[in-house]
Amino acid sequence: MVKRKILIVDDSEINRSLLSDMLSSEFDILEAENGMEASAILHNQEHEISLMLLDIVMPVMDGFEMLTVMNKNGWIKSVPVIMISAETVPSYMDKAYDLGVLDYISRPFDERVVQRRVTSTIMLAAKQKELAHMVTEQLYEKEKDNRLMIEILSNIVEFRNGESGLHVLHVHTLTELLLKKLIEKTDKYNISKKDISLICTASALHDIGKIAIPSEVLNKPGRLTKEEFEIMKTHSAAGAEMLSRIPLRESDPLIQVGFQICRWHHERYDGRGYPDGLEGEQIPIAAQVVALADVYDALTSERVYKAAFSHEKAVEMIVNGECGVFNPILMECLLEIAEILKKEFGETSVGGHLERDLRETVEQQIMDIGELNMSERTFRLLEHERMKYEFFANMSKEIQFEYTATPEMLVLSQWGANYLNFPEVILDPKTSAFATEVFLKDDFEKFLEKLKKTTPENSIIKQTYLLSINGNPRWSEVIAKSMWTNEETPQYEGAIGKIVDIHEYLEKMNRLEIAMSQDSLTGLLNHTVAQSRIATYLSAQDEKKYILLLIDIDNFRKANDKYGHQSGDEILKYIGNTIKNSIRSADIAARMGGDEFLIFMEYKDTTKPQVERVFQKLHGEYEGFQISISMGIASSEECEVKNYDSLFKMADKALYAAKHKGGHIYQFYDKAVENAWSTRFSE
Amino acid sequence: MTIQECYKEMGADYEEVQSRLRTEERIKKFVLKVLNDKSYNLLCDSIAQQNIEEAFRAAHTLKGISQNLSLTALYHSSSALSEKLKAKEYDKEAEEMFEQLKKDYAKTVEAIQSLS
Repeated sequence: MVKRKILIVDDSEINRSLLSDMLSSEFDILEAENGMEASAILHNQEHEISLMLLDIVMPVMDGFEMLTVMNKNGWIKSVPVIMISAETVPSYMDKAYDLGVLDYISRPFDERVVQRRVTSTIMLAAKQKELAHMVTEQLYEKEKDNRLMIEILSNIVEFRNGESGLHVLHVHTLTELLLKKLIEKTDKYNISKKDISLICTASALHDIGKIAIPSEVLNKPGRLTKEEFEIMKTHSAAGAEMLSRIPLRESDPLIQVGFQICRWHHERYDGRGYPDGLEGEQIPIAAQVVALADVYDALTSERVYKAAFSHEKAVEMIVNGECGVFNPILMECLLEIAEILKKEFGETSVGGHLERDLRETVEQQIMDIGELNMSERTFRLLEHERMKYEFFANMSKEIQFEYTATPEMLVLSQWGANYLNFPEVILDPKTSAFATEVFLKDDFEKFLEKLKKTTPENSIIKQTYLLSINGNPRWSEVIAKSMWTNEETPQYEGAIGKIVDIHEYLEKMNRLEIAMSQDSLTGLLNHTVAQSRIATYLSAQDEKKYILLLIDIDNFRKANDKYGHQSGDEILKYIGNTIKNSIRSADIAARMGGDEFLIFMEYKDTTKPQVERVFQKLHGEYEGFQISISMGIASSEECEVKNYDSLFKMADKALYAAKHKGGHIYQFYDKAVENAWSTRFSE
Repeated sequence: MTIQECYKEMGADYEEVQSRLRTEERIKKFVLKVLNDKSYNLLCDSIAQQNIEEAFRAAHTLKGISQNLSLTALYHSSSALSEKLKAKEYDKEAEEMFEQLKKDYAKTVEAIQSLS
């Protein structure tokens, strides 16, 4: 037989091992030095631990703080605690009992006392768990029987009505969806989850009054005469009457809600319904919701007197007020659940829905009793899920983590912890080596801050960081989802997430990007990329001034002819390098193709020295070939529209003018250049 | 020296400890562990640094250990000091208590070391 596990929490090693010595023949012993370490163990193995022995006076986190944490996390319900201490002051003991401690062992330890107390506390707790489980099962059975009786009853009504019985199920589902949406939108009606369950159950009764309607009227295929319709209308009051006559049950909530639904599910919000002509909020909300559910299902189902309408058509008819007048807020609810409705009724999953609802109801009842103990089956499921999780976590080669806000700790997946050479459980993560060594500066703390600022609806954040993984800088993506409690106003609990290494991917992308943007011969940018970068600079709404230099090698063709293409390429490379060496890092240089280059640079006051410098540098000799260039220059200040095209055109005209003058010079764009250009090309 | 003689030497109650921990073997095993326990050193350091809170915890631990092993003399002096430190004060009286504890501890350690 597997031994039960006991967790001993005491700061003194001697005391721990003394207890361990007394108990280890019967139990497996886990030890923790303080509350913080114990929290870490409970976080992972809450359901494996049968008992905890807890000291009071400890460093880091003492026994009372530990108990507070256990209460906050609900651990106190699954792990029985025995306090150990020499303190027998009543105020200490009272406080401990108030915090959920079951028993007390005082020092000095007596072997028999320790063994006896431990065994009986474990047995007591196990018995309690078993009982709670039995109660759950019984409640479940009872609730199931209750509903079955109600369903049988309403089916009898429907059977007489010639309907399939699905109507009751549909109305149940619709009522639930509408009510859940309603309490999301407003707390005006003060409806609890328990009330929803009650109203849904009672909704099955809405038409029981039809049992009193003669079947000629009830099942007449054609239109009802005025008299017949008057008879039909009596069913609502009749149903309510039946319920109110059940002896001694007047005060039962199901009867009361059932009464409201039966009597008033044909009232209209504008006061023109029957039997009482109630108006607006005079109509109990339960009856309002069931009335809407009833109408929707009647429209979308086939009846003796009509065919089924589509979901869209039914919603449209209701919203247009063709089938009665409803509370505007319920109309909103209907529209908002339209998608879900379509799905729910599209599939034949109504049965599954009811089963789910039944579970929820039972859970709700158990919670009301104040004891949510998981059944054995749930444990097995959980265990199974954990195995699955561990397997996938190990296979994924990602560092997965779980972060809890109180007590603050970080739990790494097994694989992640091995990979990083860190323990799986990191206490106080913000100041730990994990935060200071793996992350740079305060990146990790800032990331946690960001997580805390998310909302349950918008809970995922993603960020790329340069991490230090075992001393190597690696670009990594950290993705995390914040976790929140189930309460009405959700509280931040922590987060789950993973760290994915994207270093290689990023490097590859960078290399590709560089390759794409380069001219393969000279290593300068290519024209397209240069053009788009220049355009970006020019489009900035600032006062910065730029010049564009277009460069052409004067006698390049001659060189090519004389020395061959190979040497031509060498000369281009040489020019490329010279350009690279004569510009500043913020400048842009590109080869436009052939023997043409461009340089784009910012300037402050004058342009001439910069231009002169480049011009001089580019002149020279390369392996016997005398290099001479022409340059056309335009400034962004002269642009009418500050964009690439107009700047390029001006520089191009200037270059043309320089060439025209025989080359070997640089030429700024000016009026004369423009005039020469237009004279030549208008001829 | 036998364990019984050792207990006598330390001013400790062997009968009492035996009634609780049952076997001589176990008593001996845990008494020897006292030599490796760090709470006495922690107590001395904390008092030297005037860290009264830490000193209280250390004295308290020492009290727990000596109580469990029925080291009566050491239990009394550590218990008295821990009560004193709990009130977060370190006065003349506390100083005397600490001196007494030092003596008791020295005696205890000496006796345990001579255990055969």
